[in-house]
Order: sequence, then structure tokens, then C-alpha cells
Amino acid sequence: MITRTIRERGSYLLFLIPGALLLIAVVLVPFLMNVGISFTRWQGVGDPQWTGLDNYTRLFGDSTFWSSFRHNLALVVAMAILPTAAGLVIAAALFDVIGKRFGPRAASVLRACVYLPQVLPVAVAGIVWSWILAPRGALNEFLGLVGLGSLGQNWLGDPDVALWSVMGVLLWIQLGYPVVIFMAGLQRADPSLHEAAELDGASWWGRFWHVTVPQIRPEVFVVLLTCTIAALKVFGPIYVLTRGGPGGATNVPSYFSFQNFFEKTQVGYGAAIATVLTVLILVLTAVFLKVQNRGERA
Amino acid sequence: MKRHAVLWSLIVLAVAMLAPFVIVVLNALKTPAQYASDGPLALPTDITFQGLADFWNRVDFGQKLFNSLVISGSVAVLAVVVSVLNAYALGIGRIRGRLWILIAFLVANTLPQEAMVYPLYFLAKETGLYDTQLSVIIIFTIIQAAFGTYLLTSTYAEFPHELIEAARIDGANKWQVLVRIVVPVSRPTLGVLFVFSFIWTWNEFFLPLVLLISNDTQTVPVALGVLQGQRLMDATMTSASALLGVIPAIVFFLIFQRTLTRGITAGAVK
Repeated sequence: MITRTIRERGSYLLFLIPGALLLIAVVLVPFLMNVGISFTRWQGVGDPQWTGLDNYTRLFGDSTFWSSFRHNLALVVAMAILPTAAGLVIAAALFDVIGKRFGPRAASVLRACVYLPQVLPVAVAGIVWSWILAPRGALNEFLGLVGLGSLGQNWLGDPDVALWSVMGVLLWIQLGYPVVIFMAGLQRADPSLHEAAELDGASWWGRFWHVTVPQIRPEVFVVLLTCTIAALKVFGPIYVLTRGGPGGATNVPSYFSFQNFFEKTQVGYGAAIATVLTVLILVLTAVFLKVQNRGERA
Repeated sequence: MKRHAVLWSLIVLAVAMLAPFVIVVLNALKTPAQYASDGPLALPTDITFQGLADFWNRVDFGQKLFNSLVISGSVAVLAVVVSVLNAYALGIGRIRGRLWILIAFLVANTLPQEAMVYPLYFLAKETGLYDTQLSVIIIFTIIQAAFGTYLLTSTYAEFPHELIEAARIDGANKWQVLVRIVVPVSRPTLGVLFVFSFIWTWNEFFLPLVLLISNDTQTVPVALGVLQGQRLMDATMTSASALLGVIPAIVFFLIFQRTLTRGITAGAVK
């Protein structure tokens, strides 16, 4: 009987072969190659030269690298923290107020409007915005029209403003995702708790903070984690909106590694940047999952 | 009173979210002359499809749409197949070490593409797959299947065992159980997975940008992104290009809306 179960399980292994082979060939081997390349000096042609940890020492002394990470932190705020915070309020308002007083139809139409940017290819979203934010684009025109022309900016061309503009665009792209997830979470949540709090005379904010948010805590964790990872990997919007400019004001590690790979052909250095980014993402994921597990057990 | 304040602020938010789409449509249908005189916010006086047609011909947009469809369609089908096979072994077969294998797939889904891009570029050149759609199809099949494996394994772990037992007693082998019982029963989840793999692949930018360089292979986002980067287009042509990029996304959104909202939530908390 026991041997039969083992043989049974063994033959299920066959079904895993295509997936495992692909995983090894497309993800595992290239990733290990990248780590290997990061210890070399290589132009992409000829033989790589082993240089040990040189790329990493250079990296940690490179101010472009550090500023690219600072910009990345700003993008985490724009893509993870702000959308999560705003998403909680919007989802609760849609679910609690709009859904209950004005009907679920109104709630789902409003939700669809907020979600729409999420379905765009990020490159296309970047094109839409690069043109709206141009010096003679729609945003400056609109500001002039409502008498706020003095607020007009070269949104993407001014090094002091560009990062803020990129953050705004990313917030626009990202906002729909937490709203949809949180609304689904609220449908799963137990309404009786909410009603009890209402009977006890808790204010809307009180109920929101002490009842609604704790109930959808798993969703909040997942959204924060996935959005943070997405923010650390962001490439398309930067490529289309600013190419990391002006003067490196919006450069991020992802774009910085791309530049080293394909524009400066400093492949070893690019590989080192990508490796550091990977380590950061994996550590962050592990920490998040740990915290989440502890939260669930408590 | 307060409720109406909430309603109105949400309506303002919705309008603000939609405004960029409206502005794109306004200007894509405008003549360059009118744009020059009236600016980006004016309603188009003579509606023209010339900008759209010019852009369509300039980038051979039909070809780009076809490329995107071939790549995303193939990836969606293959990713579902690979995910089903993986999840069958992990969720129903419960093979040993399944937790670690699942973690490996999850990590693969989390790794930044930047950490694989150069070796993939190099290997694609070595194997002659560079600048072919096949290279992108192979790569995204496993990237999307990594997510699919994760999603489906948790579904299959709760698969009613009586169904499988009954089929086994009737003499079905593992392959027949998979094709005749497991796949039909899990069809709704497979639908979600198909839609997600399709749209995510359609929207991909980074790896296709690196791997697809010629006009005959490029996808819609890559062709648009590269043109935008060259800054050679005037304002009305840029909005025409944006509109052509937006339309397929909105079409998919309308077609798949139900599956999408169901799927996002299925993937989020499991």
C-alpha cells in the first residue's frame, strides 16, 4: 500500500517536467548567469574579465546609484503607500456610502472609472501623460484657463519637478488596483461587526479605522507587498516619460541597469545593479510575509 | 447632505481619472492646424481621422496588433497548459517537496526581469531566437505560468477527491482524470488565468523592448514606446498614437470585465 502511494506520487512528477524545464532555462539559469556576470568586467562581446567584488564596491560609492534608490523610494510612496491609503478610504466610501445609499450600480460604475488606467499598457499611459505634461500641453493650458497659469511648469523637463510629476502619473495608474481589491475584501467581511459598531454610536472614521481596516488586513498586506515590488521594478513609465532625466532626476535602479546593459555596454556593472535590486526585493518579500504571518497568528 | 458630499467627491475623482482619456480622444480627432490655433483643450471643429490614419500607416499598426495578438494569445494558451500540469502535480498529486517547488515558482514570479534580461538577450542571440516572437512567447509562458501555478495549486488542493477516486475506479489513468475531470471542473479559474496571462503579456514592455527590434516582430506597446522616445511626433499624432494604444486595452476591459474583477480578487487573497 505504502509503495503504491510512493509510485503514485512519483508518476505525478512527470506532469511537472515542462514547467520545471522552462523555469530552469528561462529564469534560474539566466538569473545565475547574471549573478556571475556581476563579478566581471564585460562589454557584452569577447570574454568577461573576472574582477571579483569590484562592481559592488564601485556601486556603493556611486552617487547615481544611491540617488536612483532615493527616487525609487519616492515611487514606493506613489505606487504603494498613497494608493493603499487612498484606496482604503475610496473603497470604504464606495462600499459603505455609495453602494448602500445610491445602489451597487453607481458604486460599480465609479469603481470602473477609477480602475480604467490599470488596464492600459504602462507604456501607453506614459505616452498619454508625457504629452499632457508637455510645456505647451493640456495641463498647463488648463491651469491657464482657470486662472492659475502662474502654477504652470515644465512638468517633465524641470529637474526639481520631474520626479513629482512621475509620482503623480504612477498614482493615477495604480489607484484602481487597491480600490478593486479592498472592495472585494469588504464584501467578504462580516457586516454584523460593522452594524454593532454603528449601534454603539461609533463615528464613520471610528468604524473605518477599528472595524473595516482590520477586517481586510490580509488584502492590505497583499496590496502593499505587490505594489511595493511593482514600484521597485518600475521601468516602462520612466523610459517613456523621462528616460531617467532631466539630468538623472528621475533615474531608478531598473532604468540605471538598462542604461549600463544596453547604452554604456558596462554589462558587469549593470548586472551588479540588477542583482542588488533582486536581493532587495526578495528580502522585502520575506520580511512582509513574516510580518503577515505573525499578524495572522496574533 | 454628508452622503451627497461623498458622492460628489467621488464623481470628481472619477472625472479626474477619466480626463486624460477624454483629452486624448479630443486631440486625436483634431487637425494639426486647429491644434496649433486652439490648443489641446478645444473641442475638435472638423473631426478628422487623418491623424489616426497617418499614424496607422507610419508604424504599420495592423502588423503590430497582429504581433501582439499572436504573442499574447500563444502565451495565454501555453501558460494555462503549463500551469494546469504544474498544479495537477502539486495540488492533486501532492508530490514530495511541493511547498518548496511552489516557492520556487513564486520567487520566479517576483524576480525583477532586469536580473535576467542580459543573459536572456545573450542566449537569444546564441540560439538564433533574438528578434523572434518565439523568444518572447517562451519567456512569458513561464513567467505567467509561475503566477498560474500558484493560483491553481491552491484551487486544486481543495479539489473534491471523490470525483477523482470515482474516475480512477472506472479505470481512468492520471492523464484521463486530468483531461476529463480536473480541467472541465476548474474551467472558470482557467478562464481567469487565460485572461490575465493575455492582458499582462499584451501590456509587457521591458523584455519585448529588448528582444524585439524589428518592425515585423514588435508589439503595440513597444512600437509606441520607442516612437515616443524618439520625440519625432507632433501633438496630434502623439494623441492618435495614444488613442490607438488605448483602444485595445479598453476593448479587452469591456470584454473581460467580469472575469477580471473576479480574478483580481481570486489572486489577491489565497
